[in-house]
Amino acid sequence: MKIVVLVKPVPDTYGDRVLNLETGLADRAASETVLDEITERALEAVIRHAEESAKSGAGDVEVIAMTMAPAESQSTLRKALAMGAASAVHVADERLAGADLVRTAEVLAAALRRAGADLIVAGNGSTDGSGGVMPSMLAELLELPAATRLETLEITADAVRGTRETDGGTMTVTAALPAVVSVTERMPDPRFPALKGIMGAKKKPLEVLTLDDLGAELEALGVELDETASARSIMVAATQRPAREAGEIITDDGTAGERIAAFLADRRLA
Amino acid sequence: MTSTEMTSNEPILTLLLAGPAVADEAPALADGAAEALGAAARLGTPVAVVVGAADALPQLAEAAASLGAARVLTAAVDPAQLGAPVADALAAAVAQEAPAAVLVSHSIEGSDAAGRLAARLRAPLAVDAVAVERDDEGIVAKHSVYGGGFEVTSAATYGPLIVTLRLGAIDHRAEAAAPQVSALEVGASGRPAAAVEGFESVVQASERPDLRSAKKIVSGGRGLGSKEQFALVEQLADTLGAAIGASRAAVDAGYVDQSLQVGQTGTSVSPDLYIAVGISGAIQHRAGMQTAKTIIAIDKDANAPIFEIADLGVVGDLFTIVPQLVQALEARK
Ligand SMILES: Cc1cc2nc3c(=O)[nH]c(=O)nc-3n(C[C@H](O)[C@H](O)[C@@H](O)COP(=O)(O)OP(=O)(O)OC[C@H]3O[C@@H](n4cnc5c(N)ncnc54)[C@H](O)[C@@H]3O)c2cc1C
Ligand SMILES: Cc1cc2nc3c(=O)[nH]c(=O)nc-3n(C[C@H](O)[C@H](O)[C@H](O)COP(=O)(O)OP(=O)(O)OC[C@H]3O[C@@H](n4cnc5c(N)ncnc54)[C@H](O)[C@@H]3O)c2cc1C
Repeated sequence: MKIVVLVKPVPDTYGDRVLNLETGLADRAASETVLDEITERALEAVIRHAEESAKSGAGDVEVIAMTMAPAESQSTLRKALAMGAASAVHVADERLAGADLVRTAEVLAAALRRAGADLIVAGNGSTDGSGGVMPSMLAELLELPAATRLETLEITADAVRGTRETDGGTMTVTAALPAVVSVTERMPDPRFPALKGIMGAKKKPLEVLTLDDLGAELEALGVELDETASARSIMVAATQRPAREAGEIITDDGTAGERIAAFLADRRLA
Repeated sequence: MTSTEMTSNEPILTLLLAGPAVADEAPALADGAAEALGAAARLGTPVAVVVGAADALPQLAEAAASLGAARVLTAAVDPAQLGAPVADALAAAVAQEAPAAVLVSHSIEGSDAAGRLAARLRAPLAVDAVAVERDDEGIVAKHSVYGGGFEVTSAATYGPLIVTLRLGAIDHRAEAAAPQVSALEVGASGRPAAAVEGFESVVQASERPDLRSAKKIVSGGRGLGSKEQFALVEQLADTLGAAIGASRAAVDAGYVDQSLQVGQTGTSVSPDLYIAVGISGAIQHRAGMQTAKTIIAIDKDANAPIFEIADLGVVGDLFTIVPQLVQALEARK
């Protein structure tokens, strides 16, 4: 079985994240690029599944990490390989700078078609997009079922199953393979790659693809690469919100509870 | 020209989904319906696409009209099929109405349907918007990104814009309309869908406001120490009529359900009042709450980063401060 995990490089949230106010795009030079934590967890869950299948003789599971991101972010795929992915696919092309959601979905769908996955695992959101729509968009383009926002993940030879928290309750869902799923941060903590894994990663295949390499698949999906051929979503303005200033800080002298109550009453918040 | 001065009669489609079925209760629309119709009414003529189980549709359609839908288009779907059937209904409505925009709540089912629709039509999609407006260029969506640090405006180069709306973000409400209901003709796309095997409803334990749209929120962190002691947060919230929130550390420790997590990977909130109790204020937590109007923080560590953004910061032991606060609030009532 072939499982593709869609990993996403994002600006490190521990640093200051900066948006270029002219283009409305992320200023990637302003902060360090890391793998989005949820996609690391997704990768961990899938690698564990592969390890367990190998151990129990349930069959070979090949894990592929895939991303569409600027060339500079390749170190994040090296990390995915060091964690245990067997190979990696990096779609990098300058023509994709500022790609909107539909374009991103089209290109990832083309790369996924080329890879021929039985199961596609994505995160339910990321720290720099939070849309969480990519998995459904890919399912639509690839004509696959999508089980989104799974908190648990159970993969069998011909199906995938999990639970999701929706309005008012917990839902158990299942989809026949091939399928797309997205998983949440309730997936297991990602492992720290051991030195052995880091050295081994050097020899693993890391394929870099441009739009030209995906020509046949893009055509099959009916993608028009000309930016004016179809409607696009664009950023028309971006502004930085003024930083919040600290207010009054007090140390409890035995009356802090009363002080807060008075503060709330003053502001008509109680 | 400001947004409200520009009016138009162009149809604005809103997707209204059925809420979870609750035994012995009348069918209801999912959260966000009033917000989507309120936003649509400011852009043009709100047309609702009401999607649910066949027997629930009449009641749902009536609810949609009472929330301001000038016209209601209904489509019956099998609730056991995820994603694809709702997208089929929306696509049929877009073909029929040629709307200027399609507004969908950024809920799980809503964003799944919006994603599928945008991919199918190859139409521009603006996600997790906190506002939609019309300016001289057309319809634009506003997004609060990077934890509220930036505001970004997006638009379609041309054609309809599909927008998912952050729950709790839209305050405007449309005026009730007389029900004008018609059934939508939906050609099934035959796209494969995931299937629902089971559903376990969580009985709402209290009448507390919903975290996403609450005007006041009391959030607890790891400093509460245990699930039992988290009750202090609940007491304070109930005294103030506030919703309950939590840090990820509190969720991971099992003090509360994960749906209450505030932050980068939880819910983003912008209430009038946010009280953080025993929460250090990690950057990922602040990302989900720093746009609150007033922030109060209680933490025993004077160096906790939460104090950098608090309007009132109190350094001290939450186990003495919170009970005193609850008592003082009760006394003032
Ligand atoms: C501040 C900001 C605002 C933006 N606003 C918009 C907007 O309103 N409209 C718009 O069209 N675009 C927007 N973009 C671009 C958008 O973030 C990306 O096009 C898209 O990748 C995000 O999709 P998503 O939100 O569904 O995915 P996320 O919620 O970010 O991610 C969900 C999952 O999809 C997978 N995934 C997503 N992107 C990739 C990728 N490039 N490579 C591999 N896997 C991936 C991952 O598994 C991830 O866990 C914005 C970008 C930024 C930085
Ligand atoms: C990618 C990513 C996404 C994340 N997303 C989120 C998110 O969405 N939401 C989120 O919250 N976190 C998120 N985190 C985690 C975040 O980094 C912090 O670990 C988390 O917010 C810490 O929670 P806390 O403040 O409750 O715990 P701590 O940081 O341990 O703080 C507990 C505080 O309680 C105080 N305290 C203890 N006892 C008392 C007492 N008796 N009286 C008063 N004060 C007391 C301590 O002084 C301390 O400041 C994310 C992390 C990553 C890497």
